[in-house]
Amino acid sequence: MTEFPDVRIPIGDGVEKFIDFLASHFDAFFDFIFVISSSLIKGLEAGLLAIPWWLFIVIIFLLGWYFTNLYGGILFSFFIFLIGTFDLWPETMTTISIVLISVVLSLVIGIPLGVGMAFSKVMSTIMRPILDAMQTMPSFVYLIPVIFFFPLGNVPAVIATIIYALPPVIRLTELGIRNVDEEVVESAQSFGSSTSQMLMKVQLPQALPTIMAGINQTTMMALAMAVVGSMVGAQGLGERVLYAINRIDISLGFEAGISIVFLAIIIDRITGGIARRLQKHRRDAA
Amino acid sequence: MTVKLKLENVSKIFGPRPKKAISMVENGMPKEEILAKTGHTVGVYNASMEIMEGETFVIMGLSGSGKSTLIRCLNLLNRPTSGAIYVDGENVVDYNKNQLKYYRQKKIAMVFQHFGLFSHRTVLENIEYGLEVRGMSKEERQAIAQKHLETVGLKGYENKYPDELSGGMRQRVGIARALANDPDILLMDEPFSALDPLIRREMQLELLDIQNRLQKTIIFITHDVNEAFKIGDRVAVMKNGKVEQIGTPEEILDKPASNYISEFIRDIDRSKILQAEHIMTKPYGLVSLKDGLNVATQVMRENGISSAFVTDRKRQIQGIVTIDQAIDGIKQKKTLQEVMSTEVKTVRPDDYVQDIIPYVLDSKYPIVVTDEDLTIKGIILRVHVLASLISDNIEE
Repeated sequence: MTEFPDVRIPIGDGVEKFIDFLASHFDAFFDFIFVISSSLIKGLEAGLLAIPWWLFIVIIFLLGWYFTNLYGGILFSFFIFLIGTFDLWPETMTTISIVLISVVLSLVIGIPLGVGMAFSKVMSTIMRPILDAMQTMPSFVYLIPVIFFFPLGNVPAVIATIIYALPPVIRLTELGIRNVDEEVVESAQSFGSSTSQMLMKVQLPQALPTIMAGINQTTMMALAMAVVGSMVGAQGLGERVLYAINRIDISLGFEAGISIVFLAIIIDRITGGIARRLQKHRRDAA
Repeated sequence: MTVKLKLENVSKIFGPRPKKAISMVENGMPKEEILAKTGHTVGVYNASMEIMEGETFVIMGLSGSGKSTLIRCLNLLNRPTSGAIYVDGENVVDYNKNQLKYYRQKKIAMVFQHFGLFSHRTVLENIEYGLEVRGMSKEERQAIAQKHLETVGLKGYENKYPDELSGGMRQRVGIARALANDPDILLMDEPFSALDPLIRREMQLELLDIQNRLQKTIIFITHDVNEAFKIGDRVAVMKNGKVEQIGTPEEILDKPASNYISEFIRDIDRSKILQAEHIMTKPYGLVSLKDGLNVATQVMRENGISSAFVTDRKRQIQGIVTIDQAIDGIKQKKTLQEVMSTEVKTVRPDDYVQDIIPYVLDSKYPIVVTDEDLTIKGIILRVHVLASLISDNIEE
């Protein structure tokens, strides 16, 4: 009796059948998503590549200066310059496009879900374990089903990235709205605000700094996943890393790797700076 | 005066099944036991009161007495578990969603203890808020907000954010925001308790001033007896969710309904509550100018006093004459008018005792209470002032 008995509860098979079912019956829906996201990514990528390199560096400098400080601006633009010298410019733009599109779609899905959870206890109770699972599931696992629905390339990477990067923004939106000072909510109520006025004029703006912290985390996770996404054919810096692993090309691996680190630092500091700026006017005024 | 707001047996119980807990309160079970047994918190039990139009009505109680719960029932931030609240004769508890919205937008506004300001909006945008949710156009609401901003003395702070202001200024924003809605009823939930004492006094005076001009119906919550008695036309004292007594400050000072209230008002500075008219006695030993000195001496003799106030025909005070002056005057064949002293200290009926004390200490003679045209209303002796400062409870 040392070995586990030979019983098999085929949950994995069930999931597989479910995915098959989705893939065969909803292909029109997935085609639609594919067309939309693929054109979004392509468009953004083309747009970014159309910006002259020096202008892009200036933009990064200004963003860094405005949201952090002068040194931040100088450092960030230097990072971008370095990436250019690695000859990884187009790959970087692709990665930025994938990340931006994933983040925007995550926010479009995540913020309403977070608001819903803040308002409905039932929804919150149901969503919590799902979010836990989404965050603990190894990120590679998401890659498997999405390639059933979509051709290899950037789109499945974006979809997998969204699933992976979604939880922080949902959780922090919920937290932010729940934590709005009770008296502030009461005072909005006492003036006869409707539910939507309350949400748009008071709760969301008050929760914005917390939501920004969620957006920051979501962005960082999206960047990490965009790299992993190269396993399902996503292009960009991740694809160069994967290529370097296969070739055991230390030089390229390091350059592509450090470029990802640079992007991560820049995105983190800038979104963090936006969050701090929003925080400015709410220290203890509640 | 018309009744603006009428509460009938209002109860508020917090918990999953409040109706059940209410029957336990009715059976006399104490609040603590209900909480332990059922997890229900009794906020307010069976509160009834009538609040008049234009009145400043103070609800006073210690923390946990249910006063904040009660005031939140009035604009239905708390929905009463049972009972009715009539505003202008309509039971607001029965209002549907739209009626409630209208009621909150037009009729009633609230000022909060910790201000409840929107930290992401400027001062002016905060004051605009109530008008904005009504759907008023931007120019219109900005003009109204600007006016109220100036009323509370914050001109020049339009574009500041709340966290750039001091506590007192923030509460002015809170008050301006409530007034901008031009409500009939103003709810104030401990509006000054988060402020330091100096600012608090200043704000109290300003509130009295605003009230004089606007004549709103104000329901004001406080845990501070002195504040309650200073501001309130009438005061309701709450304890453990129940209303213990309702009355004017003088009535409560005079006849506290329970030991709890006696205890509550023991430390109060009575000289700040009682006014001249509460401690004065009917004037006696008055002499009319036409009566002359002989009558004056006779009046003083009859009353056993050494000085008499002189009045004209309309009972307006003219002066004071002492027995010595009167006797000398008779000897020298002078008239009453010639010998009397015209330096008489007068006070008004609504002067506070604390302001009268210095006169009483300085003067050998009684103080005269007169109204504006100097008609005598009463007199105050030193002994009246001293007696008024001693609380009645000590005698018992």
